[in-house]
Amino acid sequence: MPMRALLLSLLLATPAAADTASAVTDVIRPAYAAFATATQALAAQDTCDAETLKPAFNAAFDAWMAVSHLRLGPAEDDGRAVAILFWPDTKGLGAKAQRGLLTGDPAALTPAAFAQQSVAARGLMGLERLLYPAKTPPADPCPLIHATAADLARMATEIATAWGPFGDALITAGQAGNTAYLKADEATQALFTQLATGLDTLADTRIGRPLGTFDKPRPDWAEAIASGRSLRNITLQLTALRTLTASLSPDSAKTLAAFDHALDLAGKLDDPALQGVATPQGRLKVEILQQAIRAIHDLVVAEVGPALGVSLGFNAADGD
Amino acid sequence: MATRRAFLAGLAALSLPSLSWADAGNPAYLAAGKLGDGFTLHGLSATGQSLFQIPLPARGHAAAAHPTRPEAVAFARRPGTFALVINCATGAVTHRLTPPDGMQFNGHGAFSADGSVLMTSEVVADGSAGRIGLWSALDYTRLTDWPSGGIGPHEVRRLADGRIVVANGGIQTDPTDRTKLNIPNMRPNLTLLSADGTMLDQVDLPDLHQNSIRHLALTGDTIAFAMQWEGDPSQTVPLLGLWTPGSAPLLCAAPEQEAMTMKGYAGSIAATATRVLITSSKGGAAMIFATDGTPIATHRRADLSGAAPSGDHFMLTDGSGAVWTADDNRLTPLRTGATEWDNHLVALG
Repeated sequence: MPMRALLLSLLLATPAAADTASAVTDVIRPAYAAFATATQALAAQDTCDAETLKPAFNAAFDAWMAVSHLRLGPAEDDGRAVAILFWPDTKGLGAKAQRGLLTGDPAALTPAAFAQQSVAARGLMGLERLLYPAKTPPADPCPLIHATAADLARMATEIATAWGPFGDALITAGQAGNTAYLKADEATQALFTQLATGLDTLADTRIGRPLGTFDKPRPDWAEAIASGRSLRNITLQLTALRTLTASLSPDSAKTLAAFDHALDLAGKLDDPALQGVATPQGRLKVEILQQAIRAIHDLVVAEVGPALGVSLGFNAADGD
Repeated sequence: MATRRAFLAGLAALSLPSLSWADAGNPAYLAAGKLGDGFTLHGLSATGQSLFQIPLPARGHAAAAHPTRPEAVAFARRPGTFALVINCATGAVTHRLTPPDGMQFNGHGAFSADGSVLMTSEVVADGSAGRIGLWSALDYTRLTDWPSGGIGPHEVRRLADGRIVVANGGIQTDPTDRTKLNIPNMRPNLTLLSADGTMLDQVDLPDLHQNSIRHLALTGDTIAFAMQWEGDPSQTVPLLGLWTPGSAPLLCAAPEQEAMTMKGYAGSIAATATRVLITSSKGGAAMIFATDGTPIATHRRADLSGAAPSGDHFMLTDGSGAVWTADDNRLTPLRTGATEWDNHLVALG
């Protein structure tokens, strides 16, 4: 049909929305650059003293929380995002693999060899186990600390670099020659999907796992307990998701207000490792935060989606 | 006896001057889609071009293509109350199938090799006990039904030799919606039936009983099956299995760093002589394995769902309206359009 063909060609010729371009340029690329800088600073530390390394470790972890919800593009390639933050580790694979590396052939710690080690052994959670050890390690952890920090910096730098061309692919969605994002709204939809799934991850995993059930709360299942970052990670991810929302859809006032409400609740929750979930009163507070985050998700779908002209995937949202 | 009646019906059909798939433009695939608020069934060429589109009354799920006549049976999204027999040459709906009282279609069906019988996956609405419904493909009257060998059958496939394999997903659902009622003690299985419905073999997944077996593809003598994980989402499990009847099923895990990519969900499966591909709309990815279970490649694209073989490669469809080819190295866009493609891409022939 000529009319349909005309409409289609117009649709395909429209460049990606300005909101998507600004999210890439003003929010996402700078955040990955900051993560690269923070991990490089960590890797540059010429010490294995845990107390000296902790501030740089936490700065790197903070920087990752600004981008951890972006499950698309270079962070997904070669399993980088999984390696950078291998959590939840339901089978304790990380500690087991690290024991092998601590007592095994040091050749496994050269940059090229270490990049091929199990994702469970590497990344921020690997460093957390070395800097906040529950018990004395079976061997000097110093070489493994350096190898892990260098590997993190390598991955962070690779991602930041690759976001140049990948960001261009998002910005030029729908233009001739773009074989990743075929229609103008596909890039916007991709970022919108990151918002929705990021909120799901927060509610279901970062909060949902330690909550467990009323009869069986699982405080031991909170994220990054050893470094006391469980709540901090939630707050930082909420902040990052709010920033992305404000960039994509600055007029989505209800959604932004819901973010502020959840951030306010998180700010008043004096429970850094979420260990309060084991008590009825502490659990209630964490549950209220979880509900506030689910409410943001519903608003993202109801307010931000229509504002951007996109929705969750036709099949992804349905199942069979 | 049902098979005898069906056989005679098949003979009768053959003796009539009839249309062939050439009269419908020789589509290579069938796919359901959504355009605006309307739902349609399309015939697609080998390069993904729409050759015909026929309106559907509601969201479709999968289709079954008659082996010779240009006739497609479009199944409703489960729990299904209808299946439409469509003459793809004329666009006419020639029959509307309604499951017997107390039964529901479950999204898939297949024709016998001679095209005389249509087999449909069904559940008894109350309790989700699985049945395979048999319909004469001459006049689409109900012939009989057989036990599917489990709860909640989803896809049913005919093997080249006429045997039938059923993916009994194991999930009991509320008859009025899709609420899952038995997740803690669900028990999916693969059931192999003879051409006359006798159970020949059955395998299940004792260590992964919450991995719902839902979709099937055939490669050589092997049945490839795709699963959807209903257990702890933090646990990573294989979503692909390979079963050669007579031996134990082989479960094929993704590489460690890709173990979360599919989000525990494989929505469609397709196979060539040397490769098996599964898609995950929820994970926005397709994963390719060798037929010995070795992981070969992961390709990412939002809302990928439909999958079918295309020579040595695969053709995929997504919810954004794009059609792709997939090989070991990459996804390549073939075309895109306004119709959002639904779950399945069904290869003819």
